[in-house]
Amino acid sequence: MATPTVTKPGRPLAVLALLLLILFGSMAVTGNWKPRLGLDLQGGTSITLTANTADGGAPSAESMAQAIEIIRNRVDSAGAAEAEVSIQGNNNIIVQVPGVGQEELVQLIGQTAELRFRPVLSVIEGSAPTPSPTASPTGTETSPAPTPTPTDAVGTPGAEAASPEPTSPAASPRPTAVQPEGQDASGQPTPEQLSGLNAFDCATIEPGALDDPAKPLITCDREGQTRFLLGPAELAGTDITDATAGIPQGDTAWVVNLEFSSEAADKFHKITQELSQKTSPQNSFAIVLDGRVMSFPRALEPIATGDAQITGNFTQKEAQDLANILKYGALPLTFTTSEVTTVSPSLGSEQLRAGLIAGAVGLVLVVIYSMLFYRALGIVSIMSLAVAAALTYATVVLLGATIGFTLILAGVIGIIVAIGITADSFVVFFERVRDEIREGRTIRTAVEKGWIRGRRTILVADTVTLLAAVVLYFLAIGRVQNFAFTLGLTTVIDVVVVFLFTKPFVTLLVRRRFFGQGHPLSGLNPERIGRLPVAVPRGAAAPVRTGVRGGAR
Amino acid sequence: MSRLGRVGHRLYTGELSIDFVGRRKLWYRISLAILVISVLAVILRGLNFGIEFRGGAEFRVPAPQCSVEEARNAAGALTESEPVVQALGNGDLRVQTEALDAGEPEQVRAVLAETCNVVAEDISTQLIGPSWGEEITNKAVVALIVFLLLVVGFIWITFERKMAIAAIVALLHDIVITVGLYALVGFDVTPSTLIGLLTILGYSLYDTVVVFDSIRENTRGITAGNQTTYSEAANLSVNQTLVRSINTSVIALLPVASILFFGAYALGAGTLKDLSLVLFVGIAASTYSSIFIATPLLADLKEREPAVKALRRRVELRRAAAEAKTAVRPVAASTPETSAESAVATATIVDPTERRQPQRTTRAQRRPGQGKKRR
Repeated sequence: MATPTVTKPGRPLAVLALLLLILFGSMAVTGNWKPRLGLDLQGGTSITLTANTADGGAPSAESMAQAIEIIRNRVDSAGAAEAEVSIQGNNNIIVQVPGVGQEELVQLIGQTAELRFRPVLSVIEGSAPTPSPTASPTGTETSPAPTPTPTDAVGTPGAEAASPEPTSPAASPRPTAVQPEGQDASGQPTPEQLSGLNAFDCATIEPGALDDPAKPLITCDREGQTRFLLGPAELAGTDITDATAGIPQGDTAWVVNLEFSSEAADKFHKITQELSQKTSPQNSFAIVLDGRVMSFPRALEPIATGDAQITGNFTQKEAQDLANILKYGALPLTFTTSEVTTVSPSLGSEQLRAGLIAGAVGLVLVVIYSMLFYRALGIVSIMSLAVAAALTYATVVLLGATIGFTLILAGVIGIIVAIGITADSFVVFFERVRDEIREGRTIRTAVEKGWIRGRRTILVADTVTLLAAVVLYFLAIGRVQNFAFTLGLTTVIDVVVVFLFTKPFVTLLVRRRFFGQGHPLSGLNPERIGRLPVAVPRGAAAPVRTGVRGGAR
Repeated sequence: MSRLGRVGHRLYTGELSIDFVGRRKLWYRISLAILVISVLAVILRGLNFGIEFRGGAEFRVPAPQCSVEEARNAAGALTESEPVVQALGNGDLRVQTEALDAGEPEQVRAVLAETCNVVAEDISTQLIGPSWGEEITNKAVVALIVFLLLVVGFIWITFERKMAIAAIVALLHDIVITVGLYALVGFDVTPSTLIGLLTILGYSLYDTVVVFDSIRENTRGITAGNQTTYSEAANLSVNQTLVRSINTSVIALLPVASILFFGAYALGAGTLKDLSLVLFVGIAASTYSSIFIATPLLADLKEREPAVKALRRRVELRRAAAEAKTAVRPVAASTPETSAESAVATATIVDPTERRQPQRTTRAQRRPGQGKKRR
């Protein structure tokens, strides 16, 4: 019987070669040759924060995005340069910082961020005071008081140095913001406040600082380029009921619509009345989130209804950004620290090394076993595994560079386990081919027929594994999710390798005499497999030399 | 190797047959015993949950120069309840305490560094809030249930309902055994264990699917004939895939064993050991269940179907008739005429009381005029 189909093994092999070229080419072009390692492999600190809403429901996506923004700012301000802040699931935020000793980080990043509305008293451009001969009088200090008591000890410029420290526990609660005392009855800034503002340096702002709403505040904007002196807070974020960004009818510019609750509407009315009668910059009120000024719109007229519109040259992004900030302020999220893990660099590299050694040994064992059982066909196993390894490595590196996929220890284990699963696909294929040979087919026919039957088994089995990986990925969190991704990835690579390499390679191999005619060491020797001697060869291109020995097995 | 090849061939044709399906009562009893022990172990001993589930703090001191006792006293001075200190396989110390307030972890770390003469930065720590572990578990349980449902659906569609049922029973069997083993020996249960457990499910099904695929082939159209019963065909499938099953399991186990060895030996504890241990146990259990549980169970379920019952009756009648014929005509086995006359499967005259497996012939043998048939 002739070979059922004319197979062109060259084509899939060419596709594979192209694929490898693209992958490794991308790596070369972008200069990435190493995968991103997770903290458990390189050492570092990982902090997991779980968000809680006031009403116990799930936090909205915008709130979480805003929270991430806030936390990222805090982390950056704290000087943790290479920190990574990401969301996980729908209510967890993970902060990962390489390097250990980040306990202070834990304290400050989990604090609740408050939104407040404060009237603007004075504005100065520039992030820090420029040195000038007319320095601030009496060299008043404006640094925050050291180790404050838990409630409201606030640094007062010009006052005596640090107030006597109460014996509070070493654990430092939130750092405090710069809040000058006192205010003019007319609502004008006092000279001390102004000099404090002059002397202020935006770089000294402590992230996550607690500010007392009853006191004025000296702070900067988000970029740290403008300094503000603000009055006591008049409204809080929780007074907002809604904020949206949109383009009003008949207009072309983006605006932010703001709605206050009915209780706050009166207060807002009074504020806007006052403000609208003042001159710039004192006719603005600052929207302060987490101690920094997000925006300071001017109140041009009294607003009685509690519905306000903030206009400015907003781009769509800026308008939506501000709306999100306001919305977040309305329903701030509180965070609990769920998990903090520090892995020392030595432990990290130890785990990596152990993982790599285990992988190498496992690979060798699999290869030895394959050779023992399948003889020279084991070469197919070795080469297929090599191709799979190359594909996996390249994919992991490229995914690390593009979507930030990090390789953690569980992922390394997943890849090692995949060695076994990929080798299993070969076993399924080889055994099918052997079955066909037992049936009496020629070796080349057996390969084709065996493939047709074997590939369906491989696909069904791989689908099941993929299903497990997908379910795990979408339903689990943390390491489990990462592992699921790796498992799914290696399963897909398994299919690619078996279809684009293993099968065509075997087809090519059996065209050579060593395999095609079943040399005893080839693993396809019909005698060894146990096929009965056949008197008449069926349609083979060359006579099949199976050493017919009548009656012997 | 050729002897092994011969064994493979004889398994394939059905000459050599290990009666998996026929002896299912035995396997059921063994499994039941193991399951009961597992459940008892979980109830009586409980599982040894790691810190991610209990909440608390864990410190890992590398190459310590202090004893377990000293470390415990040093840390215990700062904590409310007595810390649990263990010496790991590679010499590191693992100190577990209850949940600590802000600031305390650094203090414990500093004290351990001093007592054990280690640099503080080399001490790895893990602090877990109590509800975190619960969240992980809940999510994992949900994932498990969804996965089971999806898989039942998938097998139902690709194969058939009874196969899906048998596969799920085998799966649950694996889970219970693995969990029971953990309870019995007292291994740590960490999120890595959960990862591994869920992976095993995928693998166990893979294994079962390979066997069921073979069964489906061998039982295609079987109810139309009268040569073999469903159980016999199923058993043949298992035997045919036995070599493949064992090979795939061994190959899957080799890398896992490697990780287990290096994880447990080099590092003593942690993700490597946790994950590879559960994978090792699970893969071994799933190989056992695919062969000894899933297939016999499937045969049991199928034999209740009316069409399959009818088949069984026909086959028995046929064999009884063939016996009657052989009883009447005391002729030796190797006469070509008798061989050629009775068709393929029952050409061999065997002891009529002996349980018969369908004898698969190769194409060479099915061709007429090939000379003496050899058994």
